[in-house]
Amino acid sequence: MRYLPLTSEDRSDMLARIGASGVDAFFSDIPAEKRLAQTLDLPLRKSEMEVSRLLSGLGAKNTAAGSVPFFVGAGAYKHHIPASVDHLIQRSEFLTSYTPYQPEIAQGTLQYIFEFQTQVAALTGMDVANASMYDGSTATVEAVLMAHRITGKRKAVLSGGLHPHYAETVRTFSHMTGDASTALPPDVFATENMGAMIDADTSCVVVQTPDVFGNLRDLSPLAEICKAKGALLIAVFTEAVSLGLVTPPGAMGADIVAGEGQSIGNSLNFGGPYVGLFAAKARYLRQIPGRLCGETLDAEGRRGFVLTLSTREQHIKRDKATSNICTNSGLCCLAFTIHMTLLGEAGLRRLARINHANAVDLADRLGAVSGVEVLNKTFFNEFTIRVPCDGAELIERLAEKGVLGGVPVSRLLPGRGLDDLILVASSEVNTPDDRAAYAQALRGAL
Amino acid sequence: MPKILYSKDHEYIRVDGDTGIVGITDYAQSQLGDVVFVELPLIGKNVDKGAEAAVVESVKAASGVNAPVSGEVIEINRALEETPAVVNEDPAGKGWFMKLKLSNPSELDALMDEAAYGAYVQTLG
Repeated sequence: MRYLPLTSEDRSDMLARIGASGVDAFFSDIPAEKRLAQTLDLPLRKSEMEVSRLLSGLGAKNTAAGSVPFFVGAGAYKHHIPASVDHLIQRSEFLTSYTPYQPEIAQGTLQYIFEFQTQVAALTGMDVANASMYDGSTATVEAVLMAHRITGKRKAVLSGGLHPHYAETVRTFSHMTGDASTALPPDVFATENMGAMIDADTSCVVVQTPDVFGNLRDLSPLAEICKAKGALLIAVFTEAVSLGLVTPPGAMGADIVAGEGQSIGNSLNFGGPYVGLFAAKARYLRQIPGRLCGETLDAEGRRGFVLTLSTREQHIKRDKATSNICTNSGLCCLAFTIHMTLLGEAGLRRLARINHANAVDLADRLGAVSGVEVLNKTFFNEFTIRVPCDGAELIERLAEKGVLGGVPVSRLLPGRGLDDLILVASSEVNTPDDRAAYAQALRGAL
Repeated sequence: MPKILYSKDHEYIRVDGDTGIVGITDYAQSQLGDVVFVELPLIGKNVDKGAEAAVVESVKAASGVNAPVSGEVIEINRALEETPAVVNEDPAGKGWFMKLKLSNPSELDALMDEAAYGAYVQTLG
């Protein structure tokens, strides 16, 4: 394919058509200090080999996740992905297809979507799951919007244990829709009283477990309060593997569940593309956003799959749709489905137990370092430590010693007086040697 | 004796004092085909004349049901959530959607009576 950039003639034609006197006038809305004063000094041309050499050199400056002991989580988790997952998703029938619109064409795609939904519903303990959203944060936004539609109220109360990026995404949407959202202060020890925050205008409370600090939360008492006060309980998770070990949100009375599915079948991918998991109680089926695939029988009585309840969706119902999301994270959702199928129920439980055991071992080792305190009473594969210095600076010193030691809380919650806290994750990919290396590097860096 | 009035959008309202029961007409249900789902407003919601107050889904289409006059929703026909087919079977009776407390009864003057609505439907062929 030829790449045809704009000619200067194209550019002046377009500027003339929209009535701008020049490129500077076109960008006049952008403050002058935000604009480049001169053209970027980039080389005009390089050969493929030169570009490859240059970029490889730049890439080698990074400390990559797989190259050193790695303990970074905070919403994106490094797990082992069987080679068969990547091999299977690259079949062209899967790799090149877009989310289906014809209700019954592409039975293979529809079948994996149906199986994905079944897995998500089983994992979360909910009645029904959709064909996936973009990621955990936008799934959370969709859950909040759905709660507003169901209750007719327009205020969301966000837990101080909710991942700050998720809270920020809800706030961004609320700002545009004119809805209210109240975010509670950071809740390191999971002691906040969310029930007391529910007033007559509250449509939903949004709580994450394991929360961003790693604490596991029993949502059952809050579910009772929500029910009594007419608000919906939205349960969020960022680590799907945790559902192999902890009580699923559905069993604790959640009305809607939104979470991130990246950690099953999907690599870190620089923060995306990811796959949002979304599930709800059956009674809210008609208000669910996004695609839904159902199982049915064809004219000859054979099992088949169809897109169903599409009248909720934007391509049918336009502005009356439940959501402007008219797609799903097809390939990431397929990777999730294949990995989950390979694991099976017993495999997922075992994987979750290994994660927890590794994290317990790491907590013991780090907690034994003088001046370091593990803050959590409960956790799955991630916990918070308090260090006797600035966490962000310590992480840099650890990196110099060849250990990626976690995420300083100040990076997620700057200016909140939490600069001595670090989020530390440990999955099945860490070896005992990795964990020993962390403890040793920590002793040296303090 | 309650009077029944009709909108051009094929909703009826059976007026009784300052309240009225709203549904869709027999013509509307015949055009929609088999109704499979009805979404009703929350009780207490204020609806404006001509604005969408409910949604009716048939095997053919999803359509809005507009409030023929402005008012507050004081009752909804929850039976439709379980058995939406009564909208086809008995649109003027058991297939009603909602009861409104009228906020501006003079809006009724703009609606058609049965004879006028019948003539209007004739013009639609």
